[in-house]
Amino acid sequence: MQVEPLVIDVKGMHYTPLNKQIRAAVASGVREIVLNNVLGQRFIANGLRGDVRITVNGVPGGDLGMFMSGPECEVFGDAEHAPGNTMDSGTLVIHGSAGDAVAHSMRGGSVFVKGNIGYRGGIHMKEYEDKRPILAIGGTSHAFLGEYMAGGLILVLGIGHDPAVRDRGIGSGIHGGEIVIRGDVSERLLGVGAMKVEFTEEDLERISPVIKEFCERFDLDPSKFLDTHYCRIVPSSSRPFAGKYTWE
Amino acid sequence: MVKFISGKYYLIAPKPNIIVINMCGIIGVIDRTMSRMDGSSIKEALSLMDERGSGEGAGYVAYGIYPDYADCYAIHVFFDNLLEPKTRVDEILKQWGRVVYQEEIPTYEQPDLKREHIPWRYFFKPYTDLMVGTKNPDDDNVKRLVMNINANVEGALIFSSGKDLGVFKASGWPEDVANFYRIEDYKGYIWLAHNRYPTNTSGWWGGAHPFNLLDWSVVHNGEITSYGTNRRYVEGHGYQCTMLTDTEVVAYLFDLLGRRHGLTSEMVVEALAPPFWDEIDEMPEKQQELMRAIRLTYGPALMNGPFAIVVATNDGIVGFSDRIKLRPLVAGENGSRLYISSEEAAIRTMDPDVETIYMPRAGEPVVGRVVE
Repeated sequence: MQVEPLVIDVKGMHYTPLNKQIRAAVASGVREIVLNNVLGQRFIANGLRGDVRITVNGVPGGDLGMFMSGPECEVFGDAEHAPGNTMDSGTLVIHGSAGDAVAHSMRGGSVFVKGNIGYRGGIHMKEYEDKRPILAIGGTSHAFLGEYMAGGLILVLGIGHDPAVRDRGIGSGIHGGEIVIRGDVSERLLGVGAMKVEFTEEDLERISPVIKEFCERFDLDPSKFLDTHYCRIVPSSSRPFAGKYTWE
Repeated sequence: MVKFISGKYYLIAPKPNIIVINMCGIIGVIDRTMSRMDGSSIKEALSLMDERGSGEGAGYVAYGIYPDYADCYAIHVFFDNLLEPKTRVDEILKQWGRVVYQEEIPTYEQPDLKREHIPWRYFFKPYTDLMVGTKNPDDDNVKRLVMNINANVEGALIFSSGKDLGVFKASGWPEDVANFYRIEDYKGYIWLAHNRYPTNTSGWWGGAHPFNLLDWSVVHNGEITSYGTNRRYVEGHGYQCTMLTDTEVVAYLFDLLGRRHGLTSEMVVEALAPPFWDEIDEMPEKQQELMRAIRLTYGPALMNGPFAIVVATNDGIVGFSDRIKLRPLVAGENGSRLYISSEEAAIRTMDPDVETIYMPRAGEPVVGRVVE
């Protein structure tokens, strides 16, 4: 049976009744939800499970898609702090920019941001076996990108920005995962425990599906990004602060 | 067929009663042409950030609200009663100047707001010849009596003392505090607003933001872990901290560095949130020299800890965050108006037509000045 899409005018609405409506709709088999006039409602689609597509027209509040498992959420507007916080699986597509701590502690799935992100993007992202979260950014990022990162991939294309990232503390305390940034990254911008390595043809092969998907999502030509002109930042050790907090 | 569900039944948001993340909400706006806005839109914007507070403190300040008394210092006082404390304050004011007019600040009972104090206002002209050793004797006269009354008169607290401006604050939710004072009845060209989530000290009327001294008003999200050092520094220059919370010291630092030492707002921010030494090392020589001098001269004014702050004075506003950006801050522009806030949605609530939204870099000031 074909279930009709649900369209909600969210103007002036609090997030609690909104999320209750979304969950009830998904439970009743709705596969497509459109939220109009979104402005500042936090926690949209939090902990939501299932196969559903949510279109957010407006600027959602913080922690969009936190703990979300499975749905795809597309935002036509900017997002505030921590979209994709501890997200388990699924996809966030943000057609504007986003605030601080994007993809905070993310465990799986993908977050695509067309514009820029604030400070501490991908802080403490992690991975386990086949769960490998992806944070891809079209523009630039502010400081402490991938802080305390434990797994997954952060990709910064730096469209319209040269250098792609000019803020300090990249990969500060990183002990797993990788940060891939278009062009070169100055050594002095690397955080404690982060190390720059060459971006190889094998890396490109591994990452090109992400580049292609990002470009497809935002209607960009992928061909100009499919080369090895990237910088790859990885942990210099699995325990960057071993000597700081413990004695062996 | 598409199902439409209207959200209008939820216009009154349920008040959050369990909050696990601490944060405050701030928003400020300036109209650079000094065109005045009433307080209704900033009330909406601050209320959108109810989640950032705990109902224990909210407040507003507006510049340009008292055109009939524009040349007087508007002294706002919380009185515990109108007997002894008010008699003492009346005496001190009459000694140091002339009270042109005074009245109880109009307030309107709100079911969820408990009246802890009686807000009163005086329009005051200080006697200039009473102060020596200063280039602005009027300001120093008023500063001195604010410090004196707040430290020594039990049951009285001056929480606003600038010309043609006023702070309106209390313990309560943003919308309740706004309705208590009916801030939509005031029109200003600068507004700052704050929703408090008290962490290190309890919420009380005097601990709500904005904090004000003379023309300086401050709203702040975060905490100033260097408070002890900063407090000792301003106390050595004749300020007394009496509000039982850290933000107060920022107002005094701006008064000391900005008014008495004559630093520009940008330079005050460089002193309070300076670049790191390794960043200074990379600057051109001349700038290096200046930044080293600022850091060495104003070491005890340097603020540590997480903060996002907006400061207003009668000719502009400045917003800045701590150097490693531990609190949110976004800015928005629309023609003559500059907005600075914790959340983009709050700016869009005040001004749905805002043209550009951007995130200032950590430690770098965002400045909006009136154009003459």
